[in-house]
Amino acid sequence: MRRFLLQRAIRAVLTLAILSVVIFALARATGDPLTLILPPEASAEDRANVSQELGLDRPWVVQYGRFIGHVLVGDFGISLYHRQPVNELIRDRLPNSMRLAGFAMAVAILLAFPLGVLAAARKDTLFDRGDQVIAILGQSVPTFWLGVVLIETVASRLQWFPPGDIGGLDHYILPGFTLGWFVVAGMMRLLRSGMIEVLDAEYVKLARIKGVIERRVIWQHALKNALIPVVTFMGMYFAILVANAIVVETVFAWPGMGRLAYEAITTRDFPVIQAVVLVAALIVTVANLAIDALYVVIDPRIRHAG
Amino acid sequence: MAPPLLAVRDLSTHIVTKWGTVRAVDGVSFTVAAGETLGLVGESGSGKSMTCLSLLRLVPKAARIVAGEALLEGEDLLQLPEADMTRVRGKQIAMILQDPMSSLNPVFTIGMQVREPVAQHQGLRGAALTRRAVELLAAVGIPSPEARLQAFPHQMSGGMRQRAVGAMAIAAPPRVLIADEPTTSLDVTIQAQYLRLLRELQARHNLAMIFVTHDLGIVARMCERVAIMYAGRIVETGPTRRIWSAPAHPYTQALLGSVPGIGVARRKLTAIDGQPPDAAAVPSGCAFHPRCPHALPRCAVEAPPEVAVAPDQKARCWLVTPHG
Repeated sequence: MRRFLLQRAIRAVLTLAILSVVIFALARATGDPLTLILPPEASAEDRANVSQELGLDRPWVVQYGRFIGHVLVGDFGISLYHRQPVNELIRDRLPNSMRLAGFAMAVAILLAFPLGVLAAARKDTLFDRGDQVIAILGQSVPTFWLGVVLIETVASRLQWFPPGDIGGLDHYILPGFTLGWFVVAGMMRLLRSGMIEVLDAEYVKLARIKGVIERRVIWQHALKNALIPVVTFMGMYFAILVANAIVVETVFAWPGMGRLAYEAITTRDFPVIQAVVLVAALIVTVANLAIDALYVVIDPRIRHAG
Repeated sequence: MAPPLLAVRDLSTHIVTKWGTVRAVDGVSFTVAAGETLGLVGESGSGKSMTCLSLLRLVPKAARIVAGEALLEGEDLLQLPEADMTRVRGKQIAMILQDPMSSLNPVFTIGMQVREPVAQHQGLRGAALTRRAVELLAAVGIPSPEARLQAFPHQMSGGMRQRAVGAMAIAAPPRVLIADEPTTSLDVTIQAQYLRLLRELQARHNLAMIFVTHDLGIVARMCERVAIMYAGRIVETGPTRRIWSAPAHPYTQALLGSVPGIGVARRKLTAIDGQPPDAAAVPSGCAFHPRCPHALPRCAVEAPPEVAVAPDQKARCWLVTPHG
């Protein structure tokens, strides 16, 4: 078990290291930031000065070395656009994103579990068919479209919930639902197919033979086994959630990391892009490590291996 | 003779498929008394397991129990409301499945899985519950039972797992124990031990036992009476000794003739010609007639009724002559 977790941890660190190189290169591949920072009429001399001041004239390897050296001590540099330490920007935005993502994940789990499990238990009934429709809609309706439609209808026409910006709990409903929607669909389908398989297992048959009531057979005996594939995908869903946050936060004017990423990309604000992507990657990696640990809790066969 | 504890009459369970209705169990009748073992013998697909699952009303979704009654001390299990079945399952009728590798839940401890029926059927909690679970594991011969409570199924051997399943089965303890090929997937030496264990448990709790198998050697050792199934019907039933020495039905004769060391010594082994019938297309009349060496024209047309060959032996065959 310890070896299993150690292996995963080493892999996580390697992932982050490779990612830092990729994101550093990609950010520079999008174009010259000087064209955005300086007015169009700036002289060649001005350009050279600013370039030197920001260290943009140095070779990429040197720039990367400096970048990674600072990152390791937790310094992401100064935003080219906001003229403000990137750390401050992230400190302001990150909690907002975490709260929204947490809310979305909670919505997803609260909807997906009953829907997925009951669809399997009532396979081929009307309930199951309805579930399938929800699942298909969930995986095919684009997030930005859903967000805009919800703002237009629920927020604007019906005025049930505010259309955006951060605030009380009612502000979380629409962006949270939009963000969690995709995850609901995927998780629900995984639970359904997992449960259908497990409900056919001999140990479920034996549980029924022992006289265990059906509710316990489903929610305890079967579900714990069906959780294993769901947990596997949980990490991926979390990554999708983080990626979708860029769209959702932009649509709902949510002052989080996603919108910060969007702004940084449109202004070619390298330090911010790098920081946002790295922080997001770090979060996804840590979440995946936590999920690996969760595996160990759920499946005793992993706990006792290695 | 004591009245039977369990009396099954004309039980029929059908499976509806795209290709038609399969009569998996077709008018099966038998009785078992407390302390007695009835062997239910037949080839794969002859309806043995489906008969047992019908008693517990746990047949697969596509299957329907369409007729018959199953009287447990006079109460018809097939008429009980579903909610009452949880006090029948595990409490009055317990069952051991074939493969101990897959019949235990891999993500729960043995302790949890043994405690569960005890908590449900005897209402024990806390320390008393654990004490009883340990007792049960000890009763089925699992060494260091306290330590085993924390073990997961994958940490135990097949024989030990099957013993644990046995412990769950006798938790209540039940009146009827159904053993569905309980030793098929065990090593031969472990098999013998397990059969002895079942005998002990039966004697201790005066269980009526239904022993499902296709192993005729085990039947000879375990069962006082035997019912031979073919294509969903019981074709012959009677005391094991009597049937082993004087089988009346050609299928029983062929079955015994295909096993070494049973019945007449030192004779040639014979195979039964042909294949077991396709469940969806069971032959008309007597289902065995296409493979029967003695088949008459009538056998293909009309199913034979059950005839008493001897006072306690019955067979479904046109060839047998009623006694008396």
